[in-house]
Amino acid sequence: MNNVFVICEIDEGKVADVSLELLTKGRSLADRLNCKLEAVALGHDLKGMEKELFQYGADVVHVGDDKRLSPYTTLPHTAVITGLFSEEKPQIALLGATTFGRDLGPRVSSALQSGLTADCTSLEIGDHEDKKAGKTYKDLLYQIRPAFGGNIVATIINPDCRPQMATVREGVMKKEIFDKNHKGKLNILDVNKYLKPEDLVVKVVERHMEKSKVNIKNSSIIVSGGYGMGSKENFDMLYELADVIGAEVGASRAAVDAGFAEHDRQIGQTGVTVRPKLYIACGISGQIQHVAGMEDSSMIIAVNNDPNAPINKIADYVITGDVSEIIPKMIKYYKQNTK
Amino acid sequence: MGLKIIVLAKQVPDTRNVGKDAMKADGTVNRAALPAIFNPEDLNALEQALRLKDKYKGTTVTILSMGPGRAADIIREGLYRGADKGYLLTDRAFAGSDTLATSYAISRAILKLEKADIIIAGRQAIDGDTAQVGPQVAEKLGMPQITYAEEIISAEKNKIVVKRRLERGVETVESPLPAVITVNSSAPACRPRNAKLLMKYKHAKTITESQNASEDYINLTADRPFLIIPEMSVNDIDADAKWLGLTGSPTKVKKIENIVFQAKEAKRLTAADDEINDLMKELIANHTIG
Ligand SMILES: Cc1cc2nc3c(=O)[nH]c(=O)nc-3n(C[C@H](O)[C@H](O)[C@H](O)COP(=O)(O)OP(=O)(O)OC[C@H]3O[C@@H](n4cnc5c(N)ncnc54)[C@H](O)[C@@H]3O)c2cc1C
Ligand SMILES: Cc1cc2nc3c(=O)[nH]c(=O)nc-3n(C[C@H](O)[C@H](O)[C@H](O)COP(=O)(O)OP(=O)(O)OC[C@H]3O[C@@H](n4cnc5c(N)ncnc54)[C@H](O)[C@@H]3O)c2cc1C
Repeated sequence: MNNVFVICEIDEGKVADVSLELLTKGRSLADRLNCKLEAVALGHDLKGMEKELFQYGADVVHVGDDKRLSPYTTLPHTAVITGLFSEEKPQIALLGATTFGRDLGPRVSSALQSGLTADCTSLEIGDHEDKKAGKTYKDLLYQIRPAFGGNIVATIINPDCRPQMATVREGVMKKEIFDKNHKGKLNILDVNKYLKPEDLVVKVVERHMEKSKVNIKNSSIIVSGGYGMGSKENFDMLYELADVIGAEVGASRAAVDAGFAEHDRQIGQTGVTVRPKLYIACGISGQIQHVAGMEDSSMIIAVNNDPNAPINKIADYVITGDVSEIIPKMIKYYKQNTK
Repeated sequence: MGLKIIVLAKQVPDTRNVGKDAMKADGTVNRAALPAIFNPEDLNALEQALRLKDKYKGTTVTILSMGPGRAADIIREGLYRGADKGYLLTDRAFAGSDTLATSYAISRAILKLEKADIIIAGRQAIDGDTAQVGPQVAEKLGMPQITYAEEIISAEKNKIVVKRRLERGVETVESPLPAVITVNSSAPACRPRNAKLLMKYKHAKTITESQNASEDYINLTADRPFLIIPEMSVNDIDADAKWLGLTGSPTKVKKIENIVFQAKEAKRLTAADDEINDLMKELIANHTIG
């Protein structure tokens, strides 16, 4: 009762990174609130999965292992989670702001009438004084999120309803093993208790998932291209530069929409959030939705032919000129100076 | 037998490319100065509905929008593009609604309309940015949901088949009807206004709007009832006031900060060889790269 819960996403038999990030965050919230951290994992063939969840700090792991829970569909997951939550009464429940979390989270919150904050980038604990009602709330979850296309940041609270639910964007929380030897309690759920026949009406008839090849989130250098790269062919220059300096290639949404790069590489509000040591933005104007995903980079180099591009305002180095001239020169002089 | 489709459409401030006019002197957005538009993904949703109408004879498409009086613009826009009817759900009691209270009001209104086979929403509105209303409405109506839809492949024999676009791939899902679908921006763009429909619906107005209109207009609607955009208020939807507006909203906005672009002092370079050479040397020397 009254614990912090993380609803884990299981992707290709593995716990998704964002869920581990949330366990790390959840651990520190639970410590702050003097309560337990509990994880929920639903799917099929999950044997042994609890081990990793314990290592990331879970005190209790609830596992629902059933073939009706894989591949993911909304209704059976909702039935199990709402059933479990009605028994366990968490004070906080977190899930990733991925297609999984943003499909499941609102459904669960609607069923529980509990309220849900979308797409948070930061979570804190704090008090709240409701002056009108003359009430003070202690230790609420401050759910901090961008809205209005990234033009504002709002702090949302949920004073009266429980759980306080939030989805959290991938990549914004640090993922850290809590203790390799940490062990908690494993609770195997009786899935039959929660599932009704009408939860099983939606069928996945076909699935084409590409294994994620790109790992921009964990890369310390990112070379990123925008619409100003001009073509998919010109993006090859970026792969070459990334290759020689040991970087990953990222992209703006306009570049992804134009087909210059895969969606996995999109950085920004609707892509991943990154904070590398070095971010080289090539032909990217620097709209707020893009900047939201990369402004915490330690160093930013902007390559743009517009001396007044908004990206220049947050850059440490501004190179004004054409990408097709500058990028080959960067490759050339990097090679020359490292020989 | 055609389908009964309801499209949920929201009027939103255009938060996408905030131009100079909408910037305050301190570099923050002046939300009031943003133009009001049809939420972009709701146009994708409307297009999916219109394609079903093209495909299945007798299908009707009804727009439902919750918002202030000026959101009637959204309904007119939908009519110009091929929708058959539109309802404006408008009441002061809805002010301050979070997604849960919004979903409650919308689901109550849906239950008052002709029984729908498919409810199509956009994935996400570009102001609240939550993508929560679609699934929450589905739960309130007890219907299955299919989110992140890119294409409604078919809707026959009480079964809908939908292609979903996920982070790392696509999925085809089958659900019984009625169901709620939310549509992604990766779905086809909406068809433009149709010139004939524009003529037909140019004078479509809500009751409130027509009360402010001239005598002539009232005469116009007498023999052209399709020009009336019905309004629904709290009293029309059998809603329990405790689930509406601020009281019905578990989430509260505690604080809002405007994002300010802070200019840093940047080093400025050109494409000249020696400048790029020096930069690369510097980055290698301070171990940023290499
Ligand atoms: C700064 C700020 C932050 C907020 N954060 C949260 C939050 O974290 N959690 C929360 O619960 N509420 C939040 N709200 C409140 C929320 O924005 C409103 O409840 C809003 O009415 C609906 O949410 P949305 O714009 O995110 O819609 P979405 O859920 O993104 O909309 C999805 C789809 O639902 C349909 N739809 C949505 N609204 C309407 C409508 N009025 N009429 C017709 N169709 C509609 C459309 O098809 C739309 O594409 C926030 C509000 C502000 C100002
Ligand atoms: C709700 C919402 C979510 C969004 N999410 C994201 C997101 O996650 N990520 C994201 O990136 N965007 C996102 N966007 C889109 C964002 O608003 C911008 O449209 C997008 O970032 C622009 O991409 P861009 O900078 O590549 O293209 P543009 O804005 O077209 O800029 C191209 C730049 O290239 C420069 N250029 C052109 N030719 C050359 C050349 N030969 N050499 C050098 N420079 C050149 C131009 O000067 C310009 O600055 C979102 C938008 C919305 C509304």
